[in-house]
Amino acid sequence: MTRIRPPEGSSAPHPGTADARRLVVVGHGMVGHRLVEALDSRDTQRRWEITVLAEEHRPAYDRVALSSCFEGVDESALRLPEHDPGRVGLRLGDPVTALDRAARTVHTASGARVPYDALVLATGSRPFVPPLPGAEAPGCLVYRTLDDIEDIRAAAAGSATGRAVVVGGGLLGLEAANALRLLGLTTHVVELAPHLMAVQLDEGGGALLGRMVGELGVTVHTGTGTRGVATHARTGAATGVELTDGTFLESDLVVFAAGVRPRDELARDAGLQVGERGGVVVDGACRSVTDPRVWAVGEVACVEGRTLGLVAPGYAMAETVADRLLGGEAAFPGADTATRLKLLGVGVASFGDAHATTPGALEVVLNDPVAATYGKLVVSDDARTLLGGILVGDTSGYPLLRPLVGSLLPADPSVLLAPQSEGGAGAPPGGVGVAGLPDSAQICSCHAVTKDELTEAVTEQGCADVPALKSCTKAGTGCGSCLPALKQILEAAGVEQSTALCEHFDHSRAELFEIVAATGITTFSRLVAEHGRGRGCDVCKPAVAAILASRDSGTHILDGERGGLQDTNDRHLANMQRNGTYSVVPRVPGGEITPARLIVLGEVARDFGLYTKITGGQRIDLLGARLEELPAIWRRLTDAGFESGHAYGKAVRTVKSCVGSAWCRYGVQDSVGLAVELELRYRGLRAPHKLKAGVSGCARECAEARSKDFGIIATEQGWNLYVGGNGGFTPRHAELLATDLDHDTLVRTIDRFLMLYIRTADRLQRTAAWLESLEGGLDHLRAVVLDDSLGICADLDAAMARHVADYRDEWRGVLEDPAKLARFTSFVNAPGTPDPAISFAVERDQPVPVDLGLPAARAAAEVSTR
Amino acid sequence: MTGAAPVWTALCPLDALPADQGRAALLPDGTAVALFRLHGGELHALGNLDPFSGAPVICHGIVGDRAGVPVVTGPLGKQTFELATGRCLEDDTVRLPVHDVRLTGGVIEVSARRNTVETLVG
Repeated sequence: MTRIRPPEGSSAPHPGTADARRLVVVGHGMVGHRLVEALDSRDTQRRWEITVLAEEHRPAYDRVALSSCFEGVDESALRLPEHDPGRVGLRLGDPVTALDRAARTVHTASGARVPYDALVLATGSRPFVPPLPGAEAPGCLVYRTLDDIEDIRAAAAGSATGRAVVVGGGLLGLEAANALRLLGLTTHVVELAPHLMAVQLDEGGGALLGRMVGELGVTVHTGTGTRGVATHARTGAATGVELTDGTFLESDLVVFAAGVRPRDELARDAGLQVGERGGVVVDGACRSVTDPRVWAVGEVACVEGRTLGLVAPGYAMAETVADRLLGGEAAFPGADTATRLKLLGVGVASFGDAHATTPGALEVVLNDPVAATYGKLVVSDDARTLLGGILVGDTSGYPLLRPLVGSLLPADPSVLLAPQSEGGAGAPPGGVGVAGLPDSAQICSCHAVTKDELTEAVTEQGCADVPALKSCTKAGTGCGSCLPALKQILEAAGVEQSTALCEHFDHSRAELFEIVAATGITTFSRLVAEHGRGRGCDVCKPAVAAILASRDSGTHILDGERGGLQDTNDRHLANMQRNGTYSVVPRVPGGEITPARLIVLGEVARDFGLYTKITGGQRIDLLGARLEELPAIWRRLTDAGFESGHAYGKAVRTVKSCVGSAWCRYGVQDSVGLAVELELRYRGLRAPHKLKAGVSGCARECAEARSKDFGIIATEQGWNLYVGGNGGFTPRHAELLATDLDHDTLVRTIDRFLMLYIRTADRLQRTAAWLESLEGGLDHLRAVVLDDSLGICADLDAAMARHVADYRDEWRGVLEDPAKLARFTSFVNAPGTPDPAISFAVERDQPVPVDLGLPAARAAAEVSTR
Repeated sequence: MTGAAPVWTALCPLDALPADQGRAALLPDGTAVALFRLHGGELHALGNLDPFSGAPVICHGIVGDRAGVPVVTGPLGKQTFELATGRCLEDDTVRLPVHDVRLTGGVIEVSARRNTVETLVG
């Protein structure tokens, strides 16, 4: 690397870091990690050597998503991106024990002494365990780290009472309660305040949350303190919790989630000023007021007299310090404690002055116990300015209400709170669009992207669609709740978001699907005549062919006019290769094949001189077949019991599997049996794009099911179902849709997922992108396919039943019909003559295509590389 | 075009071609043409070699229209060609050879090549 010398006079030293070189970060939680990431990305001149000293043995992980570990997510998925080891020295499991500010050195547990020029304390908080009798007994745990999660799991597995008590009904308490519930324990939550989540919610919102949590089987005790933990006379282990109202809850597992305390011991011992209620006192730049070489970020920092227990302000502090370390002037913008989350499946949001502490503030409340929604807006005394709000149940208004805090209300508060009749989740409240927001309004709270930044990305940088906006600004790449707002910004800037398929149809694929379903039209000619214009093209013809095939699976895709609609591969039920020959991929369900059939594949390949290769989908590809050879090849294959593998179609391909419990010593379920069953059930299903699946027989996941459109992973209790994964250009892990399903529920859920996708996805949109564009995302999908929220499950089930009943092997359909066989000839006037324009060479004992090297082809290649 | 009378080659009966789909036919000189019969009865014959890949696959393209002009889109690189002129819409320097077509007693006949394109291999 060449060091770039800063121009003369630009390197004015900044106090405390004039000769700075060595940065030591104490703590590798989310905020410490963010600080290192921010500094590393901006410090292009490599001014800082970074050392991170971490207490935990794991590198930084997403603590906010801790509870997902109980929903089948592996802890590795929580890991935050690794730092560049060449840039950052990360020492795990070696906590700092003392700061020597005079010597500018920190001491670690392993005895190391690490010198610093600047020191960042990112030590976070520890759970507060109230000093009650028995609170330290075995069976009393806390909920903060992955180690805690392991302890809770182990305790739950060994629980004799099958009951658990959580002390604390705030955010963490409810997360812990959900975890215990998922572990199968009868769970109680004890909260001193009159209602749950007293920090974020008011009484009305808290009451509704309490009721909904209760409906999930968690018993809530509010307005009640904890007197102590009863312990076993002999073992000393917890046996129950006694409440201040005299109630005794028998339980051998107690989780304390009664708040956190900043871990400021190092700072205290080193003589740094700490706040009244703890935390390292810092100024607006997050710098210690005692020692300019020391900074504090995250939950250990005391800003304006208080510490903040949310990750968003922690990130803002990390960004501030990273900027300052490089000589910038950034200041901590102040705490935004607005939050929107789901607790036990209940949406909760709180923003601005939620408790109406502003003098004269008015509260407008819409409390609908029937619909189980509660909304409150806090407005100024003249009812013109929004000050804050609380939403429970339906939080879809949050993305647009929150940026309005401090601005004039664009509509009557009661209108803004009214339930959304149209547009679904994320629709602007009360019909107020992004247009009603001030330019400075933050549209994406995950990445702090404002309306004017987004507008500029559209007008100045030419972002013409949502994906472009996402990659340009990062907006919408977090929780995704602002995606509808991004669409509105594009519309407001006059960018046409056309969903028209092509010049022949003004409709989207999903609209055409509905038109076909409603009218019963079965031909492209009629569809284009009645609902489009012209004669079609390479975009709409295959799309309509796929819609027709999805709708009436009983009709062969090469019947009559349909043959001419099909794209390159479907046209001859084989995959066209670069030289105009074809590949043949017979179905091998679940990757399971008998030796006799394996031999048939070898014999066919040998007799027709085909190139053979094992595919990634656990089957065998035979390449280099001429068009006129396909029927003879398939006659041999179908005689041996093979069927089309649909490798050529936008259809279900393979269901990959591991050997599962039949053979594997780790397998907990019969993954091959299920994979074969699913592949046979869905074979021939035509979709907007190809569909790949996998079944793993245990959590080791050897079938790579999470990289599939639908993936199934065995659990001790049944099957976890993941959806929306793919490899390819933009790899994406499938997301957990449902856990521990029994066989019949699993199959029914996949049926509905597939049929909903087929009905509503865009042309060539795989399930991952479809899920991303689905308003309401995974939650909406879950509601539709598991709870029948749209009342369409009977239709979806019937559609799949029709598909299963109608399935016939496509290749057999060709072999039995002379009209279709006529398509498989080289020349209409010389049917058996091999095309002289196709020839082969031999490489590694197998045939490979010979390039004819057309001058035009060469010229085109040259043009495209210029 | 020369002044000599064109030579016509009979290829196949009209009903060997399904509407709006292509089929390949072999010419006496060993080259192939892609024959297309449109739904309105219009006939077209173009060279079957895809100039972008060198593969003999134009006959397997999807037939349609662009703003009312009949076209075929090749199956490999998805370049689109006007059926009447052979002109490639994506690259004006590329043209497929085009042959005159006529129907004689229900039999499709084509003439020798009508446009000559130097960039193509015979």
